[in-house]
Amino acid sequence: MRNTLIVARRELGGYFATPVAVVFIVIFLALQGVLTFNLGNFFDRNQADLAPFFNFIPWVFLLLVPAITMRLWAEERRLGTIELLLTLPITQAQAVVGKFLAAWAFCAIALLLTFPFVITVNILGRPDNGVIATGYLGSLLVAGSFLSIGAALSALTKNQVIAFVLAVAVCFIFAVASYPLVTDFLSRNAPVLADVARRLSVAERFQSFTRGVISLRDLIFFASFIGFWLFLNTVIVEHRKAD
Amino acid sequence: MTGQTESPLIEIAGLTKRFGAFTAVDDVSFKVARGEVLGFLGPNGAGKSTTMRMLAGFMTPTAGRASICGHDVQADAVAARKMLGFLPEGAPTYPEMTVLSFLKFVARIRGYSGGELADRVDHAIGLTTLAGVRMQPVETLSKGFKRRVGLAQALLHDPPVLVLDEPTDGLDPNQKHEVRTLIARMAPSKAIVISTHILEEVDAVCSRAIVIANGRVVADATPAELAKRHPSGKLDDVFRALTQPKAA
Repeated sequence: MRNTLIVARRELGGYFATPVAVVFIVIFLALQGVLTFNLGNFFDRNQADLAPFFNFIPWVFLLLVPAITMRLWAEERRLGTIELLLTLPITQAQAVVGKFLAAWAFCAIALLLTFPFVITVNILGRPDNGVIATGYLGSLLVAGSFLSIGAALSALTKNQVIAFVLAVAVCFIFAVASYPLVTDFLSRNAPVLADVARRLSVAERFQSFTRGVISLRDLIFFASFIGFWLFLNTVIVEHRKAD
Repeated sequence: MTGQTESPLIEIAGLTKRFGAFTAVDDVSFKVARGEVLGFLGPNGAGKSTTMRMLAGFMTPTAGRASICGHDVQADAVAARKMLGFLPEGAPTYPEMTVLSFLKFVARIRGYSGGELADRVDHAIGLTTLAGVRMQPVETLSKGFKRRVGLAQALLHDPPVLVLDEPTDGLDPNQKHEVRTLIARMAPSKAIVISTHILEEVDAVCSRAIVIANGRVVADATPAELAKRHPSGKLDDVFRALTQPKAA
């Protein structure tokens, strides 16, 4: 655990030592603002909640989270620092989890900085702050899911662009898995898979959090989803580290 | 010598690495005892770095095994790495970190904290004369300084085994001399492997030299014995005779 946190701390420090952190946070906040207030009709709806804000979260993360994860391992491999990191007395799992936690903490910081939305809606009306809190928890879990996908795919390549594109593509699959576009197609051709797709949909699980519902099933889903990708990440690092 | 009864700190047996049909390292075996400085010689692409990567536990061998202080580098990786100071090829470091924060990170991973951590980092900075640049991000440093940051990282925990891949590459003559003096000073208490293609370095610091060509060990002797193998008595000529295909 100690080693994991040391790795995480170094990694998180790295974001703030470069313009990555500022650029990411500014773009994230600007994008969320524009989408919530303009496309989401935050004011015209005349309702004291953050539904428009949370509706866009998975889509904004779909685009921005791979931008964080693309460098996680690809950069280490390109610079050769992976050779340094993995010959220090730590296990590969500690390195994988440490890097993931750093990226997750970074997303949490970005999410925390959206607090003016919460203040705004509380000034304008009387929102159910419990629902807002579960919405944030769901957002964090969606971020974690996309991060775990992106981190694992980043270990496949030295090229950050490839890591980014792959991560967006795979995250997109899990974001739209429950959409009629996918499920209709599957139920016509492979009915068994339609149900599986719905169950694996990150966006669908997120919806219940935005309605204020925290179910054990969803929590277990996110935990196993992230756990699966981190496991895959460790396997990929093991097999591809020296290539 | 005190190293007579102690088992070798580095043991490599039948180490082989294949990449597809290409055999990069072919059945390499050697042992290094405390007090020895082994010069690992060979042309570029001979398999020096690949062997060192397998010894450091970074690359998984196709066959054979390596151990450090009795710990298998694959099966008992973390224990083996605790005993090892490793300078990877090209001395990679995190470019955005300052020298000080980078060395502190390594010291934390090595299990140090508080005053001991500060002492270790200061000591390593002193050994490699990095005090003047300690607050500079690594990416702003010259090649020679970067190499020394890599060296400082490897020496920080005063490990019994040092594996240094081209430790003097990119250094100016004065810095090369400093690093060689440093290696010579540490030699009695450690088992050290350095790879190089600078032959004068072998004469200057190594007690033994292994020449590797096309992944195979072609010579394993003291530098003086090696020099005798060619009528001219020059290591250069011996090196060329051993590593060039027998065409001329």
